[in-house]
Amino acid sequence: MATDAYDPSHDPSHDPSHEHEHEHGHGHGHGHVHGSEHGDEHSELSETELRVRALESVLTQKGYVDPAALDVLIDTYQTRVGPRNGARVVARSWVDPAYREWLRCDATAAIASLGYAGRQGEHMQAVENTPSLHNLVVCTLCSCYPWPVLGLPPTWYKSAPYRSRAVKDPRGVLAEFGVRLPDHIRIRVWDSTAELRYLVIPERPAGTERFDEAALAALVTRDSMIGTGLACAPAAASR
Amino acid sequence: MSYLSHADLGGRNLAGPIKAEVEGEVFHAPWEPRVLALTLAMGATGSWNIDMSRAARETLPDYAELGYYEIWLRGLVELLKARSLVGEDELAAGSALHRAPAVQRLLLADRVGEVLAAGAPTQRATTAPAAFVVGQRVRARAGHAPHHTRLPGYVQGKAGVIERLHGMHVFADANAQGLGEQPQWLYTVVFDGAALWGDAAGAGVAVSVDAWQPYLEADP
Repeated sequence: MATDAYDPSHDPSHDPSHEHEHEHGHGHGHGHVHGSEHGDEHSELSETELRVRALESVLTQKGYVDPAALDVLIDTYQTRVGPRNGARVVARSWVDPAYREWLRCDATAAIASLGYAGRQGEHMQAVENTPSLHNLVVCTLCSCYPWPVLGLPPTWYKSAPYRSRAVKDPRGVLAEFGVRLPDHIRIRVWDSTAELRYLVIPERPAGTERFDEAALAALVTRDSMIGTGLACAPAAASR
Repeated sequence: MSYLSHADLGGRNLAGPIKAEVEGEVFHAPWEPRVLALTLAMGATGSWNIDMSRAARETLPDYAELGYYEIWLRGLVELLKARSLVGEDELAAGSALHRAPAVQRLLLADRVGEVLAAGAPTQRATTAPAAFVVGQRVRARAGHAPHHTRLPGYVQGKAGVIERLHGMHVFADANAQGLGEQPQWLYTVVFDGAALWGDAAGAGVAVSVDAWQPYLEADP
C-alpha cells in the first residue's frame, strides 16, 4: 500500500558526516576491534552466513518454518513498516486536537485507527515534547522499540553506547546527535523495561501553519520520534 | 544455579561513539533479515515465549562481543537446542538428521500479516487490587535475581514515584522461567536523575522504568 511505504533516502535530520564512519557488516556499533580475535572480517562473515543458511535449511526440512512466510516477514519490515507510519501519527496529532487528546488517553487505539498495530506495539504510550520538556526513549535491557510505528530499530539504538549512556547522560547523548537543549528544558528518559512502547511526539516546527498533513509528516524524522532529534524546520525539507 | 545477564547496560560507562544512521538502513548483511525472519517464525510456533528468548540472548557469555543479529542467531540456536528441536550435528551438516519433534503451530505465509497485526498483548484481567497509587513513593528492590528480570540494576535500591498504573501484565520473571504468566500490576516509576547519578549528572533529568509490583516496596 503506497501510503504505508517510506522513503529510505529521505532523512532530513541525518548528518551526512556520520555516514562515512559507519561500519557495515557487523551492525552493532560497539566500537571494538574484532580482527585479533576472529580472524579477518570476511571469513567471520561468511562463517555466520553459512551458519544461518544451515539453520534455515534444517528448520525448513523439519517443517518448522514456511520459506514463503520468511519472505513475507522480511518484506514487511524491509519495505512496508517503517517510521513513515509514526510520522503520520505525529502529523495527525499536530492538526487534529481531538486526535491528540485520544493519543494522550489511549495511544494504542488512536494509533490503531490509522492502521498501525500489533507486534511490539501492543501497548503504546505517546509522550509529548513541550517548550519545557524533552522526551527520550531507550531500552537499556535489550532493544524494545515500537515496531508498528517506527519499524525495526536503527543499529545505534541497540548499541551498548546508547543503551548505557542515554539514562545517565541524556544531554551528552543528544549533543552527539546535534541536539543541544538549553538547561531550562527538562529531560525525561523512558526506559522501555516492560511491554509498553513509547512514541515521542515532537513539537510542531514554527512556520508550518499552512502545511497540510502530508507536508507535516515529511518533517517528522525517525529520530525525532525516539527523542534523539527534533522535527525538521520547513526550509530543510523543501530543499 | 547462577544466572547472569550481560545485557543490563544502563548507566555503565561504555565508551564508543553513537553512530547516526539513515532511515531505511534496516539491515547490514544479507543474513540479518534471515535471522530476523527465522526468529519471528520460530517464535510463532509456540515453542517458547518472548521472555524465554530474551533470557537466552542476555545470558550468552560473549554477549558484549556480538553484533545484535549475531545475538539473535545465537539465542535462537540455544532455544532450539535446549528443546531438542535442532542438534549441533544438524547445523554442521546443514540438513535435518533426526526425527523432528512436533511444534504447536506453523506460521504460514498467508497468515503472517494477521499474526503480526494481532501481536501478543501482555495485559491480563485485573484479579487483585493495586498495592500502590499514583504519586506514592516507592523503592526498587535491590539484590541479584537468580533468573531473567526486567528491573535494571541502576534503579535497584533507589526511591522513585509512581506515575501511572498500567493494569496487570504477564510477569516477565515468571514467564521466562516457565512458571506461567503470573500477571502482576505494572507501574511507570519515575526517578529523579540526581537520585540515580548525583547532582551533576542528573540536573533537570528524570528517568522512568516500567516495573512490576514485585520489584517495588513502599518507601516510608
